[in-house]
Amino acid sequence: MCLGIPMRVVDVSGEEVVLEQGGMRIRARTDLIEDPISVGDYLLVHAGFAIQKVDEGEALETLAMLEEMLGTL
Amino acid sequence: MMALRGFRDPELASSISKRIWDKVLRPIKIMEVCGTHTMSIARFGIRDLLPPSLTLISGPGCPVCVTSQGDIEAYIGIGSASDNTVLVTFGDMMRVPARGTSLQKERAKGKDIRVVYSPMEALEMAEREPEKRFVFMGIGFETTAPAVAFSIMEAKRRGIGNYMVYSSHKLVPPALLAILSSPDLSIDGFILPGHVSTIIGSDPYGFIPEEYGRAAVIAGFEPVDILMSIEMILDQINSGDRKVEIQYKRVVRPDGNRKAREIMYEVFEVGDASWRGFGVIPRSGLFIKESYSDFDASKAFALSRTEDPPEPKGCSCGDVLRGLILPYECKLFGKACKPESPVGPCMVSSEGSCAAYYKYRVWRE
Repeated sequence: MCLGIPMRVVDVSGEEVVLEQGGMRIRARTDLIEDPISVGDYLLVHAGFAIQKVDEGEALETLAMLEEMLGTL
Repeated sequence: MMALRGFRDPELASSISKRIWDKVLRPIKIMEVCGTHTMSIARFGIRDLLPPSLTLISGPGCPVCVTSQGDIEAYIGIGSASDNTVLVTFGDMMRVPARGTSLQKERAKGKDIRVVYSPMEALEMAEREPEKRFVFMGIGFETTAPAVAFSIMEAKRRGIGNYMVYSSHKLVPPALLAILSSPDLSIDGFILPGHVSTIIGSDPYGFIPEEYGRAAVIAGFEPVDILMSIEMILDQINSGDRKVEIQYKRVVRPDGNRKAREIMYEVFEVGDASWRGFGVIPRSGLFIKESYSDFDASKAFALSRTEDPPEPKGCSCGDVLRGLILPYECKLFGKACKPESPVGPCMVSSEGSCAAYYKYRVWRE
């Protein structure tokens, strides 16, 4: 139910976007998020709505921190 | 995004697992609140990477499972009210048993019952078929309620009078409070739901460390996310510095998603709600406000809340939801109760604990 899948935006028209992931394309609405959306963004999609934009910078930071700890093992 | 693959990196996962083994200094119990976490933990074999003295137990975060028997029966009842009433639901509800029937069985008997992925599909059906009344079963937590609220606002804006919602939406923090207030509490820390928190942020969980001294980490759903969250919980336990931390930073912001919450509370108000396994939890449910009452199925069909009917005989779904027993400790598990012939909702839902344990053969710790 609370499954949210990060999908890449391939088209934006008004409050609707087309998203792609693993060869599958779906439509979703962006009425629930404030951030401006552009093609190439990753959105977390749930029940036909984007509920948040995925922050790539934060993703990279988390991984970099873990990799640094890996180096110190 | 290439970065997202890193959260499935086996080398990273195994290095976190090694550190976890060093950090478990006594028997530890951690509850994963969300059913999607339960599924991920089973699917990725996370338990095999953990020391035996660390137990993961499932919580109440499965919307289909916690929906009360009374709500399910009331909703099925709406479908029998008239021939032009169409029930529309998320797929997971279809097979939940209710007094000898289920939505699936009712559909087999000829009732018009439809499955959708988004409430907007139900709204569009109502617009296309104005001669029928469409009643959407609103289940789900804070993740889902904004989407359903938006569909109701759209119905009002577009004047679609034949669309209604039966709201059984629930809030996660009050259920955690109910678990923490229980006298037999034995949980040391919580893996908190990532996508509920996308909406509500981290503040509403403050009572977990502050009033109950338990560790709490908001987690993502990939193997590295879950392992990292477990390590963060252990660090909190070992240092004595309990707080609500966010591991799932790429999606969850401390203040959540303000716009989604505004839409949710434009349509819904908070009230007492009945949960399977818990009974009534104060201020834990979302109900349609008076200003949107034209779209409230419980008003349109004049439903009044009655006592919940008894649980299916022998079913321990309620105890599983409260983290009191593990699925395989139920007498019916894997015998009378299997995914193809479920006795209770914990074996029905794709994120029910019993279904997860059965599918991925988690028979014992």
